[in-house]
Amino acid sequence: MIVDKIKKRDNKSIIKKDNKVDIPEGKWIKCDKCKEIIYKEVLKANNGICPACNHYFRMNCENRIESIADKGSFKKFNLNIDTVNPLKMEDYKNKLESFREKTNMDEAVQCGTCKINGIETVLCVMDSNFFMGSMGSVVGEKITYSIEKAISLKLPIIIFSCSGGARMQEGIISLMQMAKVTEALTKLDKSGNLYISVLTDPTYGGVTASFASLGDIILAEPNAMIGFAGKRVIEQTIGEKLPEGFQTSEFMLEHGFVDKIVERNFMKETLYDLLKLNGYKKSK
Amino acid sequence: MATKQNNTETKKISKNEKNDNSHANAWKKVEIARNPNRKTALDYIEVIFDEFIELHGDRLFKDDKSTVCGLASMDGQNYTIIAQQKGRNTKENIQRNFGMPNPESYRKAIRLMKQAEKFNRPIVTFVDTKGAYPGIGAEERGQGEAIAKSMFEMAKITVPIIVVVIGEGSSGGALAITIGNKIIMLENAIYSILSPEGYASIVWKDSSRAKEAAEVMKITAKDLYDFKIVDKIIKEDKDFKDIASKLKSEIKKELKELEKLTPKELVEQRYEKFRNIGEYEVYSKS
Repeated sequence: MIVDKIKKRDNKSIIKKDNKVDIPEGKWIKCDKCKEIIYKEVLKANNGICPACNHYFRMNCENRIESIADKGSFKKFNLNIDTVNPLKMEDYKNKLESFREKTNMDEAVQCGTCKINGIETVLCVMDSNFFMGSMGSVVGEKITYSIEKAISLKLPIIIFSCSGGARMQEGIISLMQMAKVTEALTKLDKSGNLYISVLTDPTYGGVTASFASLGDIILAEPNAMIGFAGKRVIEQTIGEKLPEGFQTSEFMLEHGFVDKIVERNFMKETLYDLLKLNGYKKSK
Repeated sequence: MATKQNNTETKKISKNEKNDNSHANAWKKVEIARNPNRKTALDYIEVIFDEFIELHGDRLFKDDKSTVCGLASMDGQNYTIIAQQKGRNTKENIQRNFGMPNPESYRKAIRLMKQAEKFNRPIVTFVDTKGAYPGIGAEERGQGEAIAKSMFEMAKITVPIIVVVIGEGSSGGALAITIGNKIIMLENAIYSILSPEGYASIVWKDSSRAKEAAEVMKITAKDLYDFKIVDKIIKEDKDFKDIASKLKSEIKKELKELEKLTPKELVEQRYEKFRNIGEYEVYSKS
């Protein structure tokens, strides 16, 4: 039955939408920041960056992979696992289905291998359009599997984080995924393969408090919101408004938790340079 | 005074036990775990260990008092202790930030766990926090990084680590010191992804549904045992002295087992324990 469901889903995903930018129907979109009306094709061609004010729209998985991987080089891992409902939460399955319909993804992360200007690497990309990019069992397992693949294939690994944190609907099992992924990263560390963590808007909670903060090199997109506790929780706890620029990439850089802020349009080249400078070579 | 109230607390518990089906009473356990008169880590340390010397500071920024670390001995065996500590009165609670750690707690824990490894001492951690502190300074000093690094370093430690969940174990703030070879949990302690209030607020946008959340979240010792996260539950059917004595013999028993493993095997056993946590279905390729 599950197989049937997956098949159905896969068939659906073959029918590609002509517009891949994760924005509502129609040909035009209004920038959240400067309110400029932008032609969607222009926005997509500019990697989801507003041409008027340089505001970064959140990038979906597919566009992200397209912007990083050499054309046609991304090969998704064949990891056939499906989300279950360990807490038997009412509505969890329905919610999952609606995110699947909306995004054509089966879970909040895509993992595989790809080439970046010819250099082979493992690549994991999270997508906030799917359940706020939250990490439950399947996301935890996929990232762990990818780390183990990087070890066995002797490849570097790049993880683009984009997540609200651990997924509430799977309770304690979600929390434990932080420990699981971290355990795998200790093995990667020992194996001597490079891990580049890229923080994008938003990276919070259990993702910040596990693999996102454990890269050998940590990059961030400009102006991304990055933190452990959510702003609202902090404001409620301390009873005051938070300062301007709190929990942004620039804040993280200033406080020493990010190696470098990289513009989206230079991300691929920067990743390539970092791989090269760490001794990785183009595969034959 | 505190002991007396604890007795009534225990009585209430044993009454619940009779008609208990463990799952239906999650909120009651939340109340017990949070009871300000519930015994704290230092209470257990005083009774269980023959000697204890507290060691302070992360050597980077400050000494965060919401985590108590130090050296202890029990029947001739030395240990390193990492303990999340709630205050036992208002004054203490202010000092200890109500048991909510700042990043310095985790960095102090890392420092002393590495030292335990250096001198080949087993580690016992006590988990009791409603979560890592959500504050401006905590974020500025990398709360997320501190938690992640604590788990990362703990995973690599080559001496036995025994984790004891004594009260509230909530979110990443608790998980940061839970990466042990064995996890022991007191019967009325809870362990959860977030507080039931926070959970209800995120999932249902209504924090007043906390009781309902507690029931669905699976946060009791029994739940965690069923998920194979917790290895042993300590019954709380008698007084504090009895609980402490059971905990003491359990720590000794677990250590005896873990001592049979080589340093490499200890790391591997811990890896396997956490590697296997996850609930999903595997489907065959079509």
